[in-house]
Amino acid sequence: MKKSFSYWLIYLALPIIVLAVWEGFDIAGRLKPYTMPAPMAIVDTTLDYIKNGKLWTNITVSFLRVLKGFGVGLAAGFLVGILSALFPKFEAFTDLVIQILRPIPPIAWIPLAILWFGIGEESKVFIIFLGAFFPIFLNTAEGVKSIDSKYFELAQVYEVPKPMLIWQIVIPGALPSIMTGIRLGVGNAWVCVVAAEMIGAVSGVGHMLSDGRSLSRPDIVILGMLIVGIVGKIMDDILKLIHKKLITWI
Amino acid sequence: MANIIEIKKLNKVFRSKENEVQALENIDLTIEEGSFVSIIGGSGCGKSTLLRVIGGLETDYEGEYLFDNAPVKGPSRDKGFIFQDHRLLPWLTVENNIRFSLPKEKKKDDALIRENLELVGLTGFEKSYPRQLSGGMAQRVAIARALANKPRILLLDEPFGALDAITRMNLQEQMLKIWHEEKITMIIVTHDIDEAVYLGGTVVVMTPRPGRIKRIQKVDLGTPRRRTGTPFTLARDEIYREFFSDAEIPIEYNI
Ligand SMILES: Nc1ncnc2c1ncn2[C@@H]1O[C@H](COP(=O)(O)OP(=O)(O)OP(=O)(O)O)[C@@H](O)[C@H]1O
Ligand SMILES: [Mg+2]
Repeated sequence: MKKSFSYWLIYLALPIIVLAVWEGFDIAGRLKPYTMPAPMAIVDTTLDYIKNGKLWTNITVSFLRVLKGFGVGLAAGFLVGILSALFPKFEAFTDLVIQILRPIPPIAWIPLAILWFGIGEESKVFIIFLGAFFPIFLNTAEGVKSIDSKYFELAQVYEVPKPMLIWQIVIPGALPSIMTGIRLGVGNAWVCVVAAEMIGAVSGVGHMLSDGRSLSRPDIVILGMLIVGIVGKIMDDILKLIHKKLITWI
Repeated sequence: MANIIEIKKLNKVFRSKENEVQALENIDLTIEEGSFVSIIGGSGCGKSTLLRVIGGLETDYEGEYLFDNAPVKGPSRDKGFIFQDHRLLPWLTVENNIRFSLPKEKKKDDALIRENLELVGLTGFEKSYPRQLSGGMAQRVAIARALANKPRILLLDEPFGALDAITRMNLQEQMLKIWHEEKITMIIVTHDIDEAVYLGGTVVVMTPRPGRIKRIQKVDLGTPRRRTGTPFTLARDEIYREFFSDAEIPIEYNI
């Protein structure tokens, strides 16, 4: 669907108003550069970071960490989710541990992760893994459980072998819910990488934030925050698109 | 012809913590190969349960049930079952829904799929998803899916219950045509006396609590069958009387 001109006008109005007010404060001389820089200062910093290559390096470093942690979280969440939805005994076996671990925010694992793995890659990937695992696990299990049992009865009538049911009924039936889990998981993973990098890292977007603070450079901090927001939105947009391409039958 | 179904003194009780429901009591029923049988009765009289027993979906009962002279362990392709809902998998196209039901060695048999879609008048809808079909079309795909498996017997549980009168009559004609051409034994469960009399060469009348067979009536409407005229009216009136003698209320309210 093509959006109309007036839609884009409304869509962009708020960010433009915010920028205008911000700029207005600067012209009135109310901004102090060491707490709140002017919009143009941030543009300058951005250009600097593009020129010296730090912008791209930080984004790719963070993104690769997310990819690793999310990949492991997806595989584990998907597998454990399907197993616990299909086998009540497996669910009973894992339920208590999962329910107790679930409310612990991944960030609360950072101290332990650093003690276990040091401040290298592993500790960050581990935190991201935790962030991605739970939403994917929960939504996969929920999705499989919500499949109508009448489809399994149908499969019985046509003597469809059990292993085939996984591909033909379980996964497609749960796919909408799994995709919701994946979107939440990617969102969480991105939050986790920033948090983990703020505490101990020498690169990445999260490191940009803590670096900017210790250098008293709010422009760097704000640039880092904008990157987190923009990259997060782009990733979610891509996942929405994949969802649409993948689930064509609804 | 030989009997394809022999049921003797069959009882089925559903037990739960709170209560017991005798869904079927002392059912005796034999069905000849190649016949068309209607089962009719008010809601809750055990029609679906009886059909599920015949289809092998319900195996926990007392008494004897032989399909083709052998006991039944469970559902199978040769006992095609059409559920009240079409039960197509929403994520598969029409042709893949049929493919899903086929045995391994026939999964690639596109001609078989095409043939059966043609039989129910749905050529050209191979690539459609179930959501793109009307209720009647979806039910026809379900029928094509069952037929593609070359069943000995086709069991239909109120297959046209949710459809409008015109679509319903069209599908009844199609079922009769398929019955003539494919020579499959058919058993249809219905609420509708007209449907029961029009389709069934034999009409089995059931009554509830406990679910029993009250009467088995032969119907001969000649070939081809006609929805109007004396034989149809007479047969229908007789079935009507079965229900009115019980209670002075129409079947729809006989709950
Ligand atoms: N799975 C079940 N568990 C417990 N009771 C059941 C079950 N299935 C059916 N019954 C009971 O058995 C009786 C017969 O049910 P059945 O579904 O065979 O009736 P029916 O004649 O098909 O009714 P309807 O026309 O409404 O479909 C009912 O009293 C019902 O409550
Ligand atoms: Mg029923």
